[in-house]
Formats: sequence, C-alpha cells, structure tokens
Amino acid sequence: MFILHHLWIILLLPLIGAALNGLLGAKWPKVAVNSIGIGSVGLSFLCVLELIREFLQLGATQVPYFERYFNWISAGIFNVDFALQVDQLTIIMLLVVTFVSLLVHIYSSGYMAHEGGYARFFSYLNLFVFFMLTLVLAANLVLMFVGWEGVGLCSYLLIGFWFLKDSAASAGKKAFITTRIGDFGFTIGILLTFWTFRSIDFGTMFQQASTMPVESAAGFGTLTVICLLLFAGAIGKSAQIPLYVWLPDAMEGPTPVSALIHAATMVTAGVYMVARMHPLFSRAPLAMYFVAAVGAATAFYAATIGVLQTDIKKVLAYSTVSQLGYMFLGCGVGAYAAGIFHLMTHAFFKGLLFLAAGSVIHAMGGEQDMRNMGGLRKKIPITYWTMLAATLAIAGIPGFAGFFSKDEILDAAGGGPHAAPVLYWLGLVGAGITSFYMFRLIFLTFFGQPRYDEHKVHVHESPSNMTIPLILLAICSVAGGWFAAPHLVGGSDYFEAFLHPVFASYGVPAAITQQESLAGAPGAAAGIAPNHAMELLHALTGLPVILAVIGLFLAWWFYIYKPDAARRAKESLRGLYTLVYNKYYIDEIYAALIINPLLWISTNVLWHVVDEKMIDGAVNGTAHVARELGGEVREIQSGNARTYATWVVVGAVGFTVLLIAVWMVR
Amino acid sequence: MVPISYYLVLSGILFGLGVIAFTFKRNIITLFMAIELMLNAVNLALVAFARAWNQLDGLVFVFFVIVVAAAEAAVGLAIVITISQNRRSLNVEDVNLLKF
Repeated sequence: MFILHHLWIILLLPLIGAALNGLLGAKWPKVAVNSIGIGSVGLSFLCVLELIREFLQLGATQVPYFERYFNWISAGIFNVDFALQVDQLTIIMLLVVTFVSLLVHIYSSGYMAHEGGYARFFSYLNLFVFFMLTLVLAANLVLMFVGWEGVGLCSYLLIGFWFLKDSAASAGKKAFITTRIGDFGFTIGILLTFWTFRSIDFGTMFQQASTMPVESAAGFGTLTVICLLLFAGAIGKSAQIPLYVWLPDAMEGPTPVSALIHAATMVTAGVYMVARMHPLFSRAPLAMYFVAAVGAATAFYAATIGVLQTDIKKVLAYSTVSQLGYMFLGCGVGAYAAGIFHLMTHAFFKGLLFLAAGSVIHAMGGEQDMRNMGGLRKKIPITYWTMLAATLAIAGIPGFAGFFSKDEILDAAGGGPHAAPVLYWLGLVGAGITSFYMFRLIFLTFFGQPRYDEHKVHVHESPSNMTIPLILLAICSVAGGWFAAPHLVGGSDYFEAFLHPVFASYGVPAAITQQESLAGAPGAAAGIAPNHAMELLHALTGLPVILAVIGLFLAWWFYIYKPDAARRAKESLRGLYTLVYNKYYIDEIYAALIINPLLWISTNVLWHVVDEKMIDGAVNGTAHVARELGGEVREIQSGNARTYATWVVVGAVGFTVLLIAVWMVR
Repeated sequence: MVPISYYLVLSGILFGLGVIAFTFKRNIITLFMAIELMLNAVNLALVAFARAWNQLDGLVFVFFVIVVAAAEAAVGLAIVITISQNRRSLNVEDVNLLKF
C-alpha cells in the first residue's frame, strides 16, 4: 500500500524532471536530458501500475481513496486542502495519461533530436505531465482548476515552442486567450458551486447534490447554471463549438506535442471534468442536453471541415475536435462510461495518428502538405501499418478500438435513457465522414504515385525510438476496445463494469431519469420520439459500420480509382467546396464580429482616449501645473539681497501684527 | 530708576532705523553698519530685560551676540573686499548672480 499512501510521488516525479531539465538541462548532453525526461515519466508510469495493483485490493467502502496533505487556502468558511483522491475514473485517466506521456517522451527523444531547445522541450513536457496528473488526482474543484490552468500554460508554451516563428507565437496566444474565455465561465462556476454547497470538495459536494431533486429541464435551476458554466470551461479546453478555433492553429507546435496535449490528454480534460461532476450534471437535464447537442454538432461539423484539409496535421486536428464531440455526446446522453471509454481509445489511436503523421513529416523532411506526398507505403512500412491500424480504429471498423467506444456512444444517443434522435443522426453521419477523411488521408499519403521530387527528398523510415511507440500504440488501437466486446452480445462490458461504482454513486435513481427524459422540454422540442422508435434505431447498431465502409469506399473511389472524380466533384460543387475549404470562414467571421471591433475599441477608445487622453492626461497635467506654478514662483529668487531683506521685514511685520491681533482677541 | 519701557522704545527706534537703512541703502558697507545697528538695538533690549528682572541670562545672550557680530564683521568685510576688487563697485545691486 506504499504508493496508495504516498500518492504525491506520482505527481512529484515529473515535476522534479521538469525542474532539473528546465534549470540545469541546457548545459547537459542530450542523453542526460532525455534520460531524466523519459525516466521521470517512466517511473511515474510504474508507480501508477503499482497503484492499480494496490487499488484493486481496496474494499468497496474505501473508494474513493482520499489523501489530504495540507491546508492550502483558508479564509473563513472557504477551505481548500491540497488533497488527492483515487477512484476508478482516476485510475483510468492516470493509466492513459502516464502511458501515452511515456510513449510520447520516448518518441520525442528521436523526433526532436535535431532541434534546438532540447532540454526546454523536455522540461515543458514533464511539467505538462505534472499538471495533468494534478488535474486528474485532485480531490476538489480548486486544485483541479490548478491543474486545468497548468496544462493550459504548458500547451501555450509548447505550441509556441518555436517562438521565433511568428505564426507559432500567435497560435500559442490564440490557444491561451480562446481557452481563457471558457475558463471565465469555469471560474464563475466554481464560485457558484461554493456558494451553493459551501464546499468545493468533491465528496462533500456530491453528498449534498445527491439529496437535491432533478431540476426541471425547462428552467435554469442552480445546478443547471453551475453545470452550464463549468461546461463553458470544457468548451474552451476541449475545443468545442464555438471555441474550437484554437486547436487547428495549435498544430504549429512540434508534432509530439500535438499528439500528447492536443489529442490524447489535455483536450480531454473537459470530458473528464464533466464525467467527474456527473452527480451535478445528472440532475441538470437542460445542461445535459446542451452538452450532448454541442458534442454532436461539433462531431459533425468538424468532420466536414476535415474532409477538405490538405495539411496532414490539420486533418487530424479537426478529427480531434470531432472525436471530442463524440465524447461529449456520450456524456450528454448519460453514458459517461462510454464517453470515458472513447477518451481512452481515442488517446491511443489519435496519439498514434499524430505520432505517425510526425514520422511521415520526419520522413519527408518537413513536408506537411498531403498534395506533395503519395506512394509512401513501401518506403516507410512501419509508419504505414501503424497509421493504418489507427485509421481503422478511428473509422470504427469492427474489431478495432474505436468501433467499440463509438458504437457505445451512438448506442446511448440512439436508445439510452436520454436518447436524442437528432443528435444520434448527426453523430452517425459524422462517423461516416470521419471514415472518409481518414482514408482520404491514408490514400493521399501512402498510395498512388509520388508527387514530390524523388531526387531531392530522401524518404527514410524513422529511428527505433520513434517506431517503437508507434507499434505499442498500434497494439492498443487494435486491442484497446476488447474490454467492451461482451457488450456486442448483450452483456455489460468490463470497462463499464469497472467504472460502474463511480457513476452509480450519487447518481439519480433510474425511475426519475426515465421520467425526466420523457418530460424533458428541450428534448421534446428537438423531436424525441416515443420509445418504440428508439428500439428501431437500436436495432440498427450496424449502421455506423455500414457508413464507415461507405466512407472508405468513397475515399477509395475519389482518391485511388477515379482521381478525376474528385476534381469534377470540386468543379460541380464549387460554392460548397470554397465554403468548406475555407473552414466556413469561421475565423474570418470571428475576426469581423469580435476581434476587429475589439481591436478597434481598444485602439481608438481604450488606447487613444482612455490611456493617452485620460490617464496620461491626468499624470502629465499634474506635472504641467506644478511646472507652471514653479515657473511663476521662482521669480521671487531675484538675486537682489535688498529684496530679500524687504521680504524678511514684511514677514516679520506681518507676524508681529498677527501676534498682536491674537493677543487682542484674547 | 528709568522704566524699562524707555529702553525698549529706544531699542525699537534703533532697530527700525537699522531696518530702514538696510532696506533702502545700496552701499554694502552701509548695509553692514545697518546690521550692526540692529544687533545692538537687540543687545540694548536684552540688557534692559536682564537688569529689570535681575537675571544674568540676558547679559550672556549679549556676549554671544557681540561675538557673532565680531565674527560676522570679519567674514563680511573680507567678502566686501573681494567683491570690491572683482567688481570695482560696492553697490549691492551689482551682486545678483545667485538667482533663478
């Protein structure tokens, strides 16, 4: 029970690594730097494995296991402890975070070998792991928020890792500022939580929440408002509509960073948060429906943008946004376990996709545009096979990880207690599009004739420290979903059974849930059909698979079989093509509606009027008055001794007169 | 015995003459003499008080004033000589470099 009683060790290892590399690493050889970087995360991973062994020996009453270290903030009744907790949800997150982090660290030692700032890179990466683990292990909202902001900071630092490049520096700022908008809601959400429960400890909060009734789906009750505010933070951090715009730009960072932070771990923090706060969300049907709707809309919308992107990393970025949408759809329809399951499988296959894309870019000597690739299948076989495995997984081909998790989410959306047909269809069509754009990526990159100058570009397979993580993740992408296999034959899958204690505690009794979903006003407005239609949809479980295969076929048709067809389709749908190719002009719309007016106000009102005229005016005005006054008064010092004498006499006489006057009055 | 007010009135008159001379005359030597006049007017008042109240303090003050006046005359006359050598003038209006 050593690790369980010393949870801080898991946290501290990456922090020590970050401190060593950050403060001293610049002068050390690369071997020392990456041994510390990989070693600290590797030890952390081993600690997590030991933790799991110890955790499984705990009795049901000892979960969640709680460890309090010291009182951090104490102001009146507002008390924040530095306290960590472990339950099944934490275990899953810890495992995913440390495992993927370890692989990405190993991969980075190869990928970043020729880059400057090697120690700085590993230091940031370790710091990220520290904050991510804080976020996951935290036993109260405020400590969780520390991790939440910390990973945001590391994201900013790593997106702008090549800070001399203008686009990278501004992409970092964009990510930070955009997520800040969501975090504003999150902060108010925390305050409102404290105001409602008089505590920000998860245990106390949930205990109180479990005695509260399910709120009306039509109105804004306290829990609904709290959940919507907290979800605003998740929208920013997990890149959902309307704050997703930072994630595609975040691809300016090094590829391992995209894999670790912007695919596998940080962006899923929002999903984790929603799942962690499930006792509140479950009692706020309106917020739940909102989560599901935003998720489904994002899943569909981002997938359509992914179809026409030509930058290999941008495709994956929009794909990530889309897949995060599925996770929120899952949580929003009450299938938290399915959402977390998709989080895990997504961490495997999307982490792998990014790392493989990095390997492709590495092989191509920095080329990221898929139009300049092609025919790489034979030249970089390991990258090809591992990326294909991940693509099959994300497309939802049966047997691969993504199939099980996505299927469970769509299943819950189509037939669960919070079912919503509109969202189900959005998700379903999105799954088909996902399959299309992913196979488009594969076909453009690895098949057909080379579209680059074969004399100039020397295509080579990556070194073993890059391919080994690829292979390990490929195994996970294939096998990671098998926990859920019994689900297909009607049983409860292992994954859900493992997480069941978390989502069953403080949950809403099933009867209320059922009744609530039938009476749910927004659901009814969006056209929730009676339950027999749900059963019909449920019977169509095969539908996602059929759509995935259609997507695959279409991609093959357009990009292998009849490359002309793609061009002709582009010509005949010119308007739609331009719209989607330019990402629906969302960046331009935001610029026109928000950024430019804000800039205009800042420049012409805040800068030129408030700052220059009012603040500077007040300061300079004071100085000006003092100078003018001094200029007048200094004339007194004329240099003429007799004038001074006159003043002395006048003063003395005046003083004497005053004395006499006072004496007379007395 | 002469009442103290006589001394004080005389002292006041002398002091007033000193002030008027200091304010209106231009010759530096004259200004010095005006200062001496004011100092001695004060000395007269102090001596008168000492005598009226049978206290020695006033007399002690007077000695100090005389010492200071002597020192002041020594330093002051040295300055006057320097000024007269440099400026070929004893007019106080001509010595006005130290100003704003």
